[in-house]
Amino acid sequence: MDVKLRILRFNPETDRKGHWEEYNIEADPDERILDLLHKVKWFDDGSLAFRRSCAHGVCGSDAMVVNGENMLACQVLVKEVSNPIKIEPIRGLPVIKDLVVDMETFFESYKKVMPYLVNDEVPGERERLQSPEDRDKFEDTTKCILCAACTTSCPVFWTADTYVGPAAIVNAHRFVFDSRDNASKQRLEILKDVNGAFRCRTAFNCTTACPRGIQVTKAIEDVKRETLTIN
Amino acid sequence: MQNTTRTDWGRRQPPIGGSNFELYAWFFMRVSGLFLVLLAAGHMFIMHVFNDTLNLDYEFVAARWDTPYWRTFDWLLLALSILHGTNGLRIVMHDNIANKLHRSLALYSLYFVSTAFFVLGTYVLVAFVRQS
Ligand code: HEM
Ligand code: SF4
Ligand code: FES
Repeated sequence: MDVKLRILRFNPETDRKGHWEEYNIEADPDERILDLLHKVKWFDDGSLAFRRSCAHGVCGSDAMVVNGENMLACQVLVKEVSNPIKIEPIRGLPVIKDLVVDMETFFESYKKVMPYLVNDEVPGERERLQSPEDRDKFEDTTKCILCAACTTSCPVFWTADTYVGPAAIVNAHRFVFDSRDNASKQRLEILKDVNGAFRCRTAFNCTTACPRGIQVTKAIEDVKRETLTIN
Repeated sequence: MQNTTRTDWGRRQPPIGGSNFELYAWFFMRVSGLFLVLLAAGHMFIMHVFNDTLNLDYEFVAARWDTPYWRTFDWLLLALSILHGTNGLRIVMHDNIANKLHRSLALYSLYFVSTAFFVLGTYVLVAFVRQS
């Protein structure tokens, strides 16, 4: 089938703002959006810049706005979206070139919430044990691949990039509800700031955007309630 | 396994003063919302359904305020709706006014107007004395 691909291009050396460019491509309905981008880059215009690594929805590098919604280009098939297909960089982060954005503030926020296990006690003979019930409490948030689809779909983040954003809260949730971790209180102290979890207005964009199907808004509400119980 | 004290790599102090304000503001919106359902619905039924605002006269208001019960009811409604509405607008302004100066101006005007309404309302409620 014939596909019309519209890409919001931006070249920092010549452009002051983005402009749309159109490409007509022959594609199979079962091909992925990422395959279309490859076709453009490999056979039409080598200057097109975008990120991808695994091409199988695991690494989280190719989140982009496809027909207005955040998704991973490697996870969506041509037949699943309407034609013409419009592709833009994810919103709210500075664009470096074409579909490549500067993720620095995103990862700064991620690091802020201590996204690693903190436990100074000596583990037992073999490992730190945990019941299946305790494990289930944070199962959902272990699935995050840090693609930034949630954070860059959030209307609060668009206007206030000081907000830590849903992804950081999801990754705090991952450890706050882990019975083996000892730093929940510190994480919640960080997240109770104006720019922390209470900045969330439950718009639910993040939950819709997450390519891993994480219940992002629910995770944020869990964190808000937990903050109430420790205070 | 060796029992060592680990270094504080990557571990940092919470960057924030640790105020609970946003937490309590969030909780307050929920609790006051709950009360507002009862108070605002009660207010609406009394003023607009069982009575008609067109027929309300001095005598009606004065009779209601003869009892401290209705004065308390009205004051709670006043206080909670102003606090709830002000905090709601504070949130909306924080979200949508990116310019710091404009935001401060908007916020302080909001606080000024809200305080004025609250003080006026409270004054009327407390100081009202039936004439005649
Ligand atoms: C019927 C009773 C009411 C209930 C149950 C209620 C409940 C709530 C709740 C739970 C929130 C917080 C939403 C959030 O944190 O995401 C909220 C926000 C708000 N409320 Fe109310 N409320 C009520 C009446 C009122 C009244 C009478 C006013 C006006 C004086 C008002 C003005 C606001 C505003 C401006 C916001 C902020 C909106 C936003 O964050 O987008 N509410 N309300
Ligand atoms: S929560 Fe979902 S959308 Fe957000 S960064 Fe993680 S995987 Fe991406
Ligand atoms: S390229 Fe790795 S998630 Fe899409």
